[in-house]
Amino acid sequence: MKVGIVRFPGSNCDDDAWHAVVDHLGQDAVMLWHKAHDLEGADVIILPGGFSYGDYLRAGAIARFSPIMREVMAHAKRGGIVIGICNGFQIACEAHLLPGALLPNDAGYRSMPVTVRVERTDTPFTSAASAGQLLTMPIAHGEGRFTASADELDRLEGDGQVVFRYVDSTGNPTPASNPNGASRNIAGVCNGGRNVVGLMPHPERAMEPLLGSTDGLVLFESLLATVNA
Amino acid sequence: MTATPRPGDPAITPALVAEHGLTDEEYRRMVAMLGRDPTFTELGVVSALWSEHCSYKHSLPLLRALPTKAPWVLQGPGENAGVIAVGDGLAVAFKIESHNHPSAVEPYQGAATGVGGILRDVFTMGARPVAMLNSLRFGSLDSARVRYLVAGIVKGIGDYGNCVGIPTVAGDVMFDPSYEGNPLVNAMCVGLLREEELTRAKAEGVGNPIMAVGARTGRDGIHGASFASEDLSHESDAKRPRVQVGDPFTEKLLLEATLELIASGAVVAIQDMGAAGLASSSAEMAARGDVGVVIDTTKVPVREPGMTPYEILLSESQERMLVVAHRGRDDTVREILAKWDLQAAVIGEVIAEPVYRVTEGDHVVAEFPGTKLVTDCPVYTPEARESAAVAALRGQDAHTVPEVAEESDPAWTLEHLLSSPTIAGKHWIYRQYDSTVRTNTVRGPGAGDAAVLRIRGSRRGIAAKTDCNSRYVYLDPRNGGQIAVAEAARNVACVGARPRAITNCLNFGNPKKPEVYWQFREAVAGMGEACAALDTPVTGGNVSFYNENPSGAVFPTPTVGMIGILDDVERSVGMAFAAADHSIVLIGEPTDELGASEYLARIHGLTAGAPPRCDLAKERATIEALLDAIGAGRVQSAHDCSEGGLAVALAECCIANRHAMHGARVDLSRWAGLPQRALLFGEAQARVIVSTTHPGDVVAAARRHGVSAFHIGTTAPAGEGLFIAGIAKPLAAPLARLADAYHESLARAMAPAATQEQGISS
Repeated sequence: MKVGIVRFPGSNCDDDAWHAVVDHLGQDAVMLWHKAHDLEGADVIILPGGFSYGDYLRAGAIARFSPIMREVMAHAKRGGIVIGICNGFQIACEAHLLPGALLPNDAGYRSMPVTVRVERTDTPFTSAASAGQLLTMPIAHGEGRFTASADELDRLEGDGQVVFRYVDSTGNPTPASNPNGASRNIAGVCNGGRNVVGLMPHPERAMEPLLGSTDGLVLFESLLATVNA
Repeated sequence: MTATPRPGDPAITPALVAEHGLTDEEYRRMVAMLGRDPTFTELGVVSALWSEHCSYKHSLPLLRALPTKAPWVLQGPGENAGVIAVGDGLAVAFKIESHNHPSAVEPYQGAATGVGGILRDVFTMGARPVAMLNSLRFGSLDSARVRYLVAGIVKGIGDYGNCVGIPTVAGDVMFDPSYEGNPLVNAMCVGLLREEELTRAKAEGVGNPIMAVGARTGRDGIHGASFASEDLSHESDAKRPRVQVGDPFTEKLLLEATLELIASGAVVAIQDMGAAGLASSSAEMAARGDVGVVIDTTKVPVREPGMTPYEILLSESQERMLVVAHRGRDDTVREILAKWDLQAAVIGEVIAEPVYRVTEGDHVVAEFPGTKLVTDCPVYTPEARESAAVAALRGQDAHTVPEVAEESDPAWTLEHLLSSPTIAGKHWIYRQYDSTVRTNTVRGPGAGDAAVLRIRGSRRGIAAKTDCNSRYVYLDPRNGGQIAVAEAARNVACVGARPRAITNCLNFGNPKKPEVYWQFREAVAGMGEACAALDTPVTGGNVSFYNENPSGAVFPTPTVGMIGILDDVERSVGMAFAAADHSIVLIGEPTDELGASEYLARIHGLTAGAPPRCDLAKERATIEALLDAIGAGRVQSAHDCSEGGLAVALAECCIANRHAMHGARVDLSRWAGLPQRALLFGEAQARVIVSTTHPGDVVAAARRHGVSAFHIGTTAPAGEGLFIAGIAKPLAAPLARLADAYHESLARAMAPAATQEQGISS
């Protein structure tokens, strides 16, 4: 598997994604500069966390117009796998690769570990996980409150596009376990084609016991299983 | 050549000189240095470079006496940041710096630009920043203004570091009414480099081009350095335009571009354009290399037309660097900066003639002989005298303070101390800081007595912590200065790291006041003694005087930023008890000292009594014992006793990890002869609480180093709470109550700030 990691000028989780793929998964990765016009044959594209172009306007609002994003959108349209993490999720929403929008958190920036429940295992980022599996990973964002109209939320639920939900330690999506005020505790979603997945938590920061959690590993292993299938 | 006034320059009058903060004597010195009257531009440049902030004119003689050398010190004071060797060819660059005055008038931008400045100091050394820390001091949270400052400063620190993508991993926060109106914001950055990448800010090589790199120069922050060199007053709010505005996205670009520049080999030297901007960065780089320079201000990329040389030289616009490139390599510099969509312009060159010259096109607007602009700055040793009032406070016997009725239950006192904003958990603050980005954070905020970072590709790790109990320094600056260093070292040792070096940020009042200068002299001497005893030299730092408000000076606050090195990062330990049925060992011993304690401040509203004695030999032995025991894998947790004493430290070990709390049964009958409140809440130094599966080995390790250690209890399931027996009034407290006091108090105290927080978000 070859993973292309998009590097916007303000990306700051690009190296972490690289280490997750190369060091922990033992796969090939290539950094894709935002001004580039070529995905260099990558099977999977990761839009990493950070502040793409500063995000003073709205997180991800400018990034969607970058040269590399034209290629990423074409890749997604062909059914190629795209994973958006944190700012990458925001960019994917801005680029309409994913439904909904990510608004400023209801209570300001939050950096802390959260627990999410895997709602769907029929996506390339969750196929190796089990339904209902609880994963603990860090979040660190100021604009992660997933929002959509009530109708669209119902449709997303009905179509199985809600992939991750914030839950408490017993697996219940309580208000207290929702770190940003996201509608229906939604932490991650996929598109209708199920080839684009976005989430606010950082699985790439949960890859080794030394740093406190290995729960992100199963998500990256899902990518490998999907690509090799 | 000689400098002549520009058309339109104001005449140099005594009033204008005074407005520039120069004394009559300093002005005469300047005229003598030039051999003529200065131009307006020269007056501005000297005013900035001879400001306290840039020149250290009231502190230099004392700072020179600090220990600065050790075999592992690669770069001591005088550069953008200090650097120590880690082993395996790796090195750590680190420095702490204040941004107090800007933060007092414009908390969000003041704090944000403080973070930006210290980041640049570290990456200009060729180091990639890997962690931020910050040391904050505020007045009482009862004040709406203080809550506004806390909210704005924390958000400013968070937004800047989060955007650049550097984890904020540790710090220290203290609240005391003395900081009302003059908060302290000290930001520390830690960077990692390979030894051969070490880059210095020393201009060299006649004919080499000098380049302005990064953001354009605007009219913001002019005379920020001078502003930072005077007392804060009611008029200070009017100086808000002197506070710069930060752009962390540009900083991120500049960081990446700078590290690429250094890797390219195209540059000789780099310096941040920080305080006093282009004027100080160019003059200091020239002075370090003992070379001449010429700068043409018309070549500097500016944000708006019509800027004068005076404004261009003194602007403190953020996210700019001054680069000396190798001759013929300026195109390489331009290409690298262009990749990151940033500017690079040749604005001058290194010259053989021993002169510091500024031109506007062909017109010389400022010219100083040799490096005198930097080296001829006056140095003062003001009168020093202890305040009789403070000496009287120190002389008070804390034991004569009558107990309040509620103290009949020591659990009440404990809970009250745990809810003190100074002691309480700082989750409300650090949840606003990304502490896990870059995936190196082994122990982040709240997890250990210091932060622990792994170094990729090495078994080694870095520990970092800031500390300063300024109440101790106020009541006894010599002893307090020692303790600031010793406590930081102890904290670093508690996670399993050997303390290696410090950076310091010396926050004091007006040095022209004899009692302030006495505090400064004594505190610096105390720090020096501790650094020598603990083998942790000073590698750089910053002095911030004039931290005063209309009601007087802040507590003298010589903040220490300590770096420790772990040989095996997998061996690091946290502060929270790890499991039930572990033995609890106290390394060190309680005393009957109660002076200067948080107990007196919180329960009785008193700042009085002598601070606990600091025995540096004992501190060193305690650290060695701890490192032995941790290195042997015999320690499951370690936490030092500081504010609130033994009882607070035990409670913190029980509740620090809120998701996995543990109870404790402790017997202190061995010390039943001590006054109970001194035993529980006194702040005797050189003490560490360890939990262990091998108590005999820990006690033996302590004995080997001549340190006392006692098996005082056992950890228990959370449901058993904290139980301290063997004393006249036993202490029994359910953990839920202690945890609520410890973890929720700061959020509760800050709750009224919520509406204001919205108002100042960027």
